[in-house]
Amino acid sequence: MKARWLCRGNWLALMLVFVLALTACGTGGGGGTASNGKGEVKIGLNLELSGNVASYGTSAANGAELAAEEINNAGGVNGLTIKIVKQDNRSDNSESANVAVRLMTQDKVSAIIGAATSGNTKAMIQLSEENKIPVVSPTATADSVTVDEKTGKVNEYMFRACFIDPFQGKVAAQFALGELGAKTAAVYTDTSSDYAKGLAASFKKAFTEGGGKIVQEESYVQGDKEFRSTLTRIKGANPDFIYVPGYYEEVGLIIKQAREMDIQAPMMGGDGWDSPKLVELAGKTNLNNTFFTNHYSSQDPDPQVQKFVKAYKDKYGSDPDGFAALGYDAMYLIADAIKRAGSSDPVKIHDALAQTKDLQLATGKISIDEYHNPVKSAAIIEFKDGEQTFRTKINP
Amino acid sequence: MDWLQQLLNGISLGSIYALIALGYTMVYGIVKLINFAHGDVFMLGAFIGFYGLTALHLGFIPSILLAMAITSIIGVLIERVAYRRLRNSPRIAALTTAIGVSLFIEYTTIYIRGPQPEAYPDLFGNDKLHILGATIRADALIILLISIVLMLLLQWIVHYTKIGKAMRAVSYDAEAARLMGISVDRTISWTFALGSALAGAAGVIFGLYYTKIEPLMGLIPGLKAFIAAVLGGIGSIPGAMIGGLVLGLVETWVSALGFSLVRDAVAFVILILILLFMPQGLFGKNVREKV
Repeated sequence: MKARWLCRGNWLALMLVFVLALTACGTGGGGGTASNGKGEVKIGLNLELSGNVASYGTSAANGAELAAEEINNAGGVNGLTIKIVKQDNRSDNSESANVAVRLMTQDKVSAIIGAATSGNTKAMIQLSEENKIPVVSPTATADSVTVDEKTGKVNEYMFRACFIDPFQGKVAAQFALGELGAKTAAVYTDTSSDYAKGLAASFKKAFTEGGGKIVQEESYVQGDKEFRSTLTRIKGANPDFIYVPGYYEEVGLIIKQAREMDIQAPMMGGDGWDSPKLVELAGKTNLNNTFFTNHYSSQDPDPQVQKFVKAYKDKYGSDPDGFAALGYDAMYLIADAIKRAGSSDPVKIHDALAQTKDLQLATGKISIDEYHNPVKSAAIIEFKDGEQTFRTKINP
Repeated sequence: MDWLQQLLNGISLGSIYALIALGYTMVYGIVKLINFAHGDVFMLGAFIGFYGLTALHLGFIPSILLAMAITSIIGVLIERVAYRRLRNSPRIAALTTAIGVSLFIEYTTIYIRGPQPEAYPDLFGNDKLHILGATIRADALIILLISIVLMLLLQWIVHYTKIGKAMRAVSYDAEAARLMGISVDRTISWTFALGSALAGAAGVIFGLYYTKIEPLMGLIPGLKAFIAAVLGGIGSIPGAMIGGLVLGLVETWVSALGFSLVRDAVAFVILILILLFMPQGLFGKNVREKV
């Protein structure tokens, strides 16, 4: 009996979905303008609120919501209040596409913020073109999010608020040559990761162009635990500086084993180092004299940053991480574009986004280049007895 | 003095391989079974040692003893539950079961505590010895010392105790040993206990030396130790020790020459070459040494 009842329930539910879909199509068919309601502009959030990278998406959503609240409290953009439509893509590529369809065709948003990872963001490329809705990812760093890998053409409606991977290598080279006065460097790369290889290539290019010399190049793969023999080789080359782009799991062991072998040269990497696990693996004192590039630091004395950190802490009770800061910035980036476009029309917002210039945001002054990537500063974080401390900010 | 440093690196790595290889070789010598779950017993040892050090706040020596005690019980249980019934089945059945046990241990561990890695506490600080320009850490010395002590202890057990004599007898001819009144089942249990205890100790040592432990960490060291056992001649105890050291040194030298990316490949090429041209291994002919 019960089973049969359930069957009927399912049928009813299916019917209901069908009817709803029909009505949605009916109202959606003729819609040309994206803003509906009075004095409102809808911004969709397509973020990872559950699933394996839920912490990324949740932080970014917090940041974006804080920004929207601030903007609305200050009277909105051109008199329009921002209304957020928040959706969860469950850290899944195909779900991200589903969410994007819903936001673009049913909710009729003017722009979308999302997703936090490159893969989930790339699921929206084609949809953004078809529906002509601009998408701003807060934190997708892969090249191919904004530029098509095969054709080299810009994905017209895709933007991002973070810098891309190769930029970190360039910044690290500038820092090593300038602040640390290094003349020779060794590069120890995770060759199983495109991210690390990209960072290493741009570091090598910038370091040699800046007058430095790469004296040793070594590689490892993810999952390695024994680095001592390769480190002995690096020690023999005696470099002033060691660049180790990679993820914290291996980097932590590399730093520990290097310091145990009396390699005291400064070591540096990219945002893949940003994890509390790194301190556990490497040990607090071993981490002294190591640095990494990151999107932002909550200890940056810049008043714009401190204003954001305080507001975030008041609202959520914790220090904002990089994802929160970039989610916050993504919302301001869109708000600025709406203001300049003077409209909530997605195509006009897209035009304005592409022309963004010298906009001051929490993670730095930002201009959007011809490839829809921001040109902005990077923060250098230094480890002092296991604590991440803000060292300096480097402009491109 | 790079070569000296590399030599020390190689010996440290090799002694860990040797400790795991001993378990492989003892079990093979006595039941002709390649116990693929051995690498996972090594992993369990690393975790038991870790919890002993961090959760129970035991010292280093008590932790290693605790890890050895528990892994030896686990080893005996594995044999009792999974392998004993298959002793007279075709070898392929036992081998498949061994792989099943291996996966069972790995994923049960992940189920219980999650897949995230743990970092071993730093017990010996940064005390270092400088010898002729090479740096050797206090913990590397302790690791070497423990490995040597354990290997000597094993040699003594095998050659000078009653159970060792029984193990050699069963390995030589199980049927004849049974006729002489030796309990074959009990002897095999002892072999698993000893081999697993060594793997457990190797796990704790590995954690101390390489810091990071995770539920799938047993896979590669397990395979490498298997290569070491084959290299030394599977079934031979001194062979496993020498095989482990040779493999550790070869891997270190491959990295030292700048080919760190093909390090694992070289280890497996050695396995293939040995199987092709010298299947008995370095010490395999010495039948009387078999356990």
